[in-house]
Amino acid sequence: MNIPLAHYLILSALLFSVGFAGAILRRNAVVVLIGMELMLNAANLNFIAFWRFGPHPEALTGVMFVIFSIAIAAAEAAVGLALVIAIYRHRHTVQVEQIDALRG
Amino acid sequence: MSPLVAVLYIVGIMAVFGSAFALTTIAERKTLGRMQNRFGPNRVGPFGILQPMADAVKMLTKEDIVPSSADKLLHFIAPLVLTTPVWLNFAVLPFGDHVVAARFDAGLLFFFAISAASELAVFMAGWSSQNKYSLLGAMRAIAQMISYEVPLVLSTVTVVMMAGSLSLTDIVDAQSSYAFGWLARWNLFTPWGLAGFGLFLIAATAESNRSPFDLPEGESEIIAGYLTEYSGFKYALFFLGEYLGLFAVTGLGVTLFLGGWHAPVKALAWAPSIFWFAAKFAALIFVFIWARATLPRLRLDQLLAFAWRFLVPLTLINIAAAAAWHYSAWWGFQGAMATRWVLCAAIIGFPYVWLGRSLRGGSPALRKYTYAE
Amino acid sequence: MLSNLPFLSCAVLTLLAAIAAMTLRNLVHCALCAAASFAGLAAIYLQLNAEFVGFAQILVYVGAVAILIVFTILLTHGSDVKAGEPVRSSSLWTGLGVAAVVLSALVAPITRSASLWLLPSANPQAPVAAIGRVLMTQYVLPLETIGLLLTAALLGGVVIAMREKPARKTPTKPSRAPSRELSHAA
Repeated sequence: MNIPLAHYLILSALLFSVGFAGAILRRNAVVVLIGMELMLNAANLNFIAFWRFGPHPEALTGVMFVIFSIAIAAAEAAVGLALVIAIYRHRHTVQVEQIDALRG
Repeated sequence: MSPLVAVLYIVGIMAVFGSAFALTTIAERKTLGRMQNRFGPNRVGPFGILQPMADAVKMLTKEDIVPSSADKLLHFIAPLVLTTPVWLNFAVLPFGDHVVAARFDAGLLFFFAISAASELAVFMAGWSSQNKYSLLGAMRAIAQMISYEVPLVLSTVTVVMMAGSLSLTDIVDAQSSYAFGWLARWNLFTPWGLAGFGLFLIAATAESNRSPFDLPEGESEIIAGYLTEYSGFKYALFFLGEYLGLFAVTGLGVTLFLGGWHAPVKALAWAPSIFWFAAKFAALIFVFIWARATLPRLRLDQLLAFAWRFLVPLTLINIAAAAAWHYSAWWGFQGAMATRWVLCAAIIGFPYVWLGRSLRGGSPALRKYTYAE
Repeated sequence: MLSNLPFLSCAVLTLLAAIAAMTLRNLVHCALCAAASFAGLAAIYLQLNAEFVGFAQILVYVGAVAILIVFTILLTHGSDVKAGEPVRSSSLWTGLGVAAVVLSALVAPITRSASLWLLPSANPQAPVAAIGRVLMTQYVLPLETIGLLLTAALLGGVVIAMREKPARKTPTKPSRAPSRELSHAA
């Protein structure tokens, strides 16, 4: 497999920008969270690519970072989606443009 | 591994477990029948052996009905997404001495990852049918599967702890010596292994949606749950996927707790290792069929409460018991083994009784019978 | 070129699935395409010799996060999208422009740096035993903190999503709300 590091980094950049575009353009809060997960995944890919190609891969720094990042992203998705459900119960909508008042 | 050996493994696994699927369907129906004091199917062929052929012909020739408002693409690929990853599970199981398709460093993690990946197919099936009962059944099935994944994985943590590796071949090798010169050192013959095996079996039954945890597809409850709108070959594929999942998790149970391909006593170690794996596998499948014949179905909230309030704490306590077993291994006084067993049994037994009482809501009151006089 | 086929196919799959996840109208299709892109990424991790991370990615993202997203879509009735409503915000071109700027900002240094385009020389492995050892010695503090974080997230998620009972003043039993939710979901 002769793929230089740059290919993985470009894939990661593309994924990040796709997730970013979706997160700022879509109206539904759940899709915004999906975009956010895509961005986190792109960053994880970056870490693993640099671990594989970089100096001192035996220190396993990239792998460790990604393991923690996956755990944190899962926890964040859980809490974020719980918040979306709670907001839906109060406002009966999850369109982000309609959730704009800090009413109690 | 050369491509030829890889192809042989693939063909072998598909052939063996495909025919095991056919055999298990007829064996299950006949065993269930006998346990219910009736014959199973016995018309097609001697003792009904050819019943799977008849079932196959029926499934293949049935009309494939797709609801008009269904999501056609998802409805079509849901059985495929279910069945395809399940075949991958068999790649890491060691069927015999040096008979394993893929040696991964993290084989057990691969197994659980693939099992988790096939849950989305259940949702796809339920949602794409655009049917209230399908969706309800799919949600229940997914809730059950993700709830029981936790005790399934946690009950294997003790095995990984003791073997020191996630690789299934290493775990089998850790059970290879024979104690007292003749009895095998299976993980089943340790207190944490016994408890872990019990917990694993319960969680595995629930993961495969088998009775007593078959609420998502119980015929008397919710028509057929997420399978309602499937007929013909797609239904057969779902059926196949479910049974293959059962086989995979049974194979895993044999590998982790029953010593894999090792013989139970040293005197019988001359028999081929694949035979021992198959024998233990068949015994465990029989236990699953037996449980199906014996136990009534659990309701959804009972099921979820059982997972989260009983199994998960017990699996965590099992880890403590395994640690106690490991760190008391240096005891050499007279009766040390018995003391260790009692200690570990107490660590597991007291919470078991206490949690069981709390789930039941106290000890049961004496039943008051009233008769029509 | 043929030896690059595994990477190319996984990369194309991942990217197409991600674009589909962000553009499709039907929310459930979005969630399933996102799951497909997570799976494609797991395949790429496996090609990068990060076995443990690849399997963990499948287990966590495809097996849990995707299901979580799907459940949320169903519990917020996201599948009843009205036909004429736009899915994207009104400032489409501005948003795309900003995303293009971000993309160029990320890609520009990559194309300018020569060392990134060299072919790989070493072949590092990440055996599980080494990961475990490093996790327990060098990274034990983050490990314990993650345990705390996950516990907090678990409890927080349950409390936030729990259906409040209006009549009771005392706190109710920890939720079997999911099961009640499910039985009222349809």
